[in-house]
Order: sequence, then C-alpha cells, then structure tokens
Amino acid sequence: MEKEYSLWADAFRRLAKNKIALISLVIVVIYAIIAILVSLGLLAGNWAEEVGPENVAPTAEYLLGTDFLGRDVLRKVIYGTQVAMTVGFFSCVIAIPIGVTLGAVAGYFGGFVDEIIVWFYTTFASIPYLMMLISISYVMERGLKSMCIALGVTSWVGLCRLVRGEVIKHRNRDYVQAVTSLGGGHAKKLFQHILPNIFHLVIINASLRFQSAIKSEVILSYLGLGVQGTPSWGKMIDDAKQDLMQGQWWQLAGATLAMFFIVLALNILGDALRDALDPKLKGQES
Amino acid sequence: MLQYSIRRLLYIIPVLLGVCFIVFVLYNFVADDPAITLLGKHATVKQAAELRKELGLDKSYFLQYVDIVRSAFTFDFGRSWSSQQKISEILSNKAGASLSLTIPAFIISMILGISLSLIVSFFRGKAIDNSIRVICIGMMSISYLVYIIIFQYFFAFEWGLFEISGYESGFPAFIPYVALPILITVVTSLGPDIRFFRTIMLDEIYQDYVRTARAKGLSERVILFKHVLRNALVPIITYIVIQLPFLILGALLLESFFDIPGLGGELLRAINSNDFPVIKAFTIMSAIAYMLFSLLTDILYALADPRIKLQ
Repeated sequence: MEKEYSLWADAFRRLAKNKIALISLVIVVIYAIIAILVSLGLLAGNWAEEVGPENVAPTAEYLLGTDFLGRDVLRKVIYGTQVAMTVGFFSCVIAIPIGVTLGAVAGYFGGFVDEIIVWFYTTFASIPYLMMLISISYVMERGLKSMCIALGVTSWVGLCRLVRGEVIKHRNRDYVQAVTSLGGGHAKKLFQHILPNIFHLVIINASLRFQSAIKSEVILSYLGLGVQGTPSWGKMIDDAKQDLMQGQWWQLAGATLAMFFIVLALNILGDALRDALDPKLKGQES
Repeated sequence: MLQYSIRRLLYIIPVLLGVCFIVFVLYNFVADDPAITLLGKHATVKQAAELRKELGLDKSYFLQYVDIVRSAFTFDFGRSWSSQQKISEILSNKAGASLSLTIPAFIISMILGISLSLIVSFFRGKAIDNSIRVICIGMMSISYLVYIIIFQYFFAFEWGLFEISGYESGFPAFIPYVALPILITVVTSLGPDIRFFRTIMLDEIYQDYVRTARAKGLSERVILFKHVLRNALVPIITYIVIQLPFLILGALLLESFFDIPGLGGELLRAINSNDFPVIKAFTIMSAIAYMLFSLLTDILYALADPRIKLQ
C-alpha cells in the first residue's frame, strides 16, 4: 500500500519534484532578501550618489549603465525591488484578510449576512478595477502607503467570492457535522476546520495577487501616483519614454528584466501550487 | 426565467445605491475640498462659498447623496466642472474613438485566442503546447507599459509603420491611428486569453462524453471541434460578454499614450483635474453596464446549457 501523506506534505512532495517551481521559489526568496536588505539600509542605500558620467551605456564598471544624473542604474533597480516587494506584500496583507473573512462569514452563515456581503462585493465589482484604483490613489496622498492601500482595498473581491463558494460547499460536509455533534461552536467549525481545508486557495491567490500588484505599480507610476522621490521599477519604465528616443535602453531593460523574473516566478509558483494543492486536478495530465 | 430576470434587474437598484455611496464617500470625505481644487489656493473665502453653493456643495450630506442617486436614475449628470460641457455630450462625442479601438482589438484577440487555444489543446502535453504555455506566461510577466513604449518606439518612431499618436474621426481615416494600439492590445491579451481558454478546453477534454466519443472511434479533430468546442462555448461566452461593458470605457492607458480622444483618456483627465461630475457619471454608467451584462451572461448561460436552471 502506498504511504499516506497529509495534503501539505503531499503538496510539498509534488512541488519539490517540480524543478522549475523550486527555482521560482528560490527567486522569490532572493528578491525578498534583497528587499529586506534594502529596507534595512544595507543595500543600494547610496543609489542617489553620482558614480560617473551621465548616460553611460552598460560597461563592466556600471553593469546597467548610468542615468541622466550619473547615478548607477543597477543600484536603482535594486532599490526598486524593495518598492515592488512592499507593494506586493502589503496589498496581499490588506486584501487577503478582507476577502477571506467576508467570504467565509458570508458562506458559513448564509441568509441575511450573506445577502449583505454579496451586495457589498457586487457593488465593489461593478466599478471597473482600474478606475477604482486610480480614484482611490488620487484622493489619497501620493506615495508608497496609499499605493499599497489602494491596491489592497480594490483586489479582495475575487478571493471573497471564491472563499464564499468553497465554504458553502464545505459547511454541510460530514466532517463539519461531526464537529457539531462533538459540541464545536461556529468559530471552531469555521476557523479550525473549514478554513484550513480551503487555505490552499488563499495561497494560490496570494501569489497571483502579489505579481499583479507589482505590475500595477508600473501603471500607477506612469500616472504619477507612484512612490515619490525614490526610484521604483515603474518610474524607471516611465522615464524610458524619453530615454529611448535618445537611444538609451538600459533603464528600461534593467527595470523590465528585474520585474520579469519576479513576476514570472510568482506566476509559475502560482500554477505549481495549484497543481500541487488542488485535489480536483490530481491524476490528470496537464 | 422571466421572474429571475426581473429580480436581477431590480437588484441593480441596491447596488447602484451602494456605488453612489462609494462615489460620495470618496469625493466628499477623502478627497480635498473641490472648491479649493477648482479655484486654487489663493481663492477668497467668499469665492469658495459662492462656488460651493453653485455646485450644490453647501447642502447637507444627505441631500448631496440624494443628488448623486437622482442623477444615477435620471442619467442627468449635469456639466463637467472643468469644460462646462454637458456630460451626456462628452459621452456621445468620445465613445466613437474608444470603440474604434476596443471593438476590433477585442474581436481579433478573441478569435486568435480561441483558435490558438484549440491548437494548444489538440497538442496537449506536446512540444507545441509546452512552448506556447511558456511563451504565454513569459509575455504576461512583462509590464503592459513596456509593450506600449517598445511598440510605439519601434513600430511607429523607428520604422514608421504606424502613426506615432493622434486621431482622425470617421472611417477609414481612423485606421492608421488605431492600428498600433489594437496590435498592442491583441499581443498583451493573448497570454491570459490562451491560458484561460486552454484550461476550459482541457476541463472538457477529461469529461466522460469525450471518452465515449473516443471509444466510438471518432477522430480527435471531430471530438475537439464538434464536442469539446461546443461545450466549452458556455464559459467562453461568459468570459466574452462580461468584458463587453468595459470596451466602451476604452483603453485608459493606450488612449492617453496615443492621444486618442476617447472615454478612457477623458476619464483620466477627469480624475486628474478632480472633475467630480464626470467621474461620477463614468462610475455609475459602468456599474449599470456591468450589472446588465452580467445578467445577460447568466441568461445566455441558461440558454446554452439546459442543465442550468435560473431561480
């Protein structure tokens, strides 16, 4: 007989077999470490320093060249990592608790509570995402904090809907009934039993939410709503409009590549997690 | 079904009240005082008070909210604060430019997306499938803005194949101006579209009826086109219909980048200059469109799949 594994052990086993997914995980960890080092001031703290002549193309000395003020583009890219990871992380930290709590409560209790929450997220969903995002960013003070808040409060609807649907499916299952008969209350059933069973959806959603926030940072920066005063990938890409006309491609390339690897890694990780954690897909070739 | 539709139509009312409330809160409590935004910081108190009165901002919060709700139900959104133009005129003047960009882009990317995903599912697990999957995910990992910048630089600026920016109204005069934005839209939407359609088709391919069809000795091509595609059409229709209301809103970034005088660019301008009536109109109109089209999706769903009963 085959050895039995718990869902998470099984998922980890599947994930570990998937080399590309493992590499992606390593990439995410590296980016996270860079971001932490930058925010501790240990890395790229000197991005504003003039290191050489202006607008130098990449050389051995300046791997990604210099910008119009003679600043090292590589340092700016590294500094931008912190902005991207912060935006990704905090938009998840805001969106996921809102989505999970509202979705779980709506799905579990049903009835009037459900109707109110469904009404609430239908209202949110009927305003186009980008419009809502831009409106919120505009009315708040510009900067990193408002960008995180705007991204967070606009992106919980999908997860909320998903969690609600799953909780509805789970709430009448035998294992929940068993908890009821053992005297478990609502909180115990919902938080100790149902939520762990659907938690994989949250993780998959988080990895996709994270990368979408990183991409949104670029668009907000283009609209002038991004971070102020410090470099970010979005601002570097936005600057490239003028740079390119003068044949300077390295800022654009540096920021795009830095973003490409983390977004790609998160995308692949999201897919791999889905394959590893979603029992419906098990046993299927994909 | 009629009963269901009526109930869903009535559901628009509470949602619209909610949308009005969000709009109201955002621009009354979170944003700066519009009188100061419009007059500048050096306005006198008297000027500001007069302007507030003119704009109806001196009324109680409740009455202001009622005003927003009233405009949502009468479609009378008043005039733009910055250009003094009637908003209904702005909407009808600018919708054309937006649609000339978004409709062709949408049709082309849907056709391309569905055909490519059919090919991909036909060769599932083989080299073509794997490489297209990798390309899709790679393309999705590049910022939308990078596509716009690179395409505009090379195709329009460097090689002169398209207009760099601008717009002329009337068919076929607008074609050279929208061609490049359309190309960008198609290229950027292929990645997510193919991935989505492929998942749907593969969901169908593992169903029992496909196994039966195979057991009957039908060729893979017949199975794919006659059985799988037809069943996959249900979620595909949903995916298409739910995107339709957003076509009229235009492509926010493309319009501002290529100077196309559409609704997307107008909205961006309005948000930028705190033109509250315009933002209000856009938000409410798109919410109504979203609700109507999602109702339409559900009805189509039920029509296409007799197993689904609307209650």
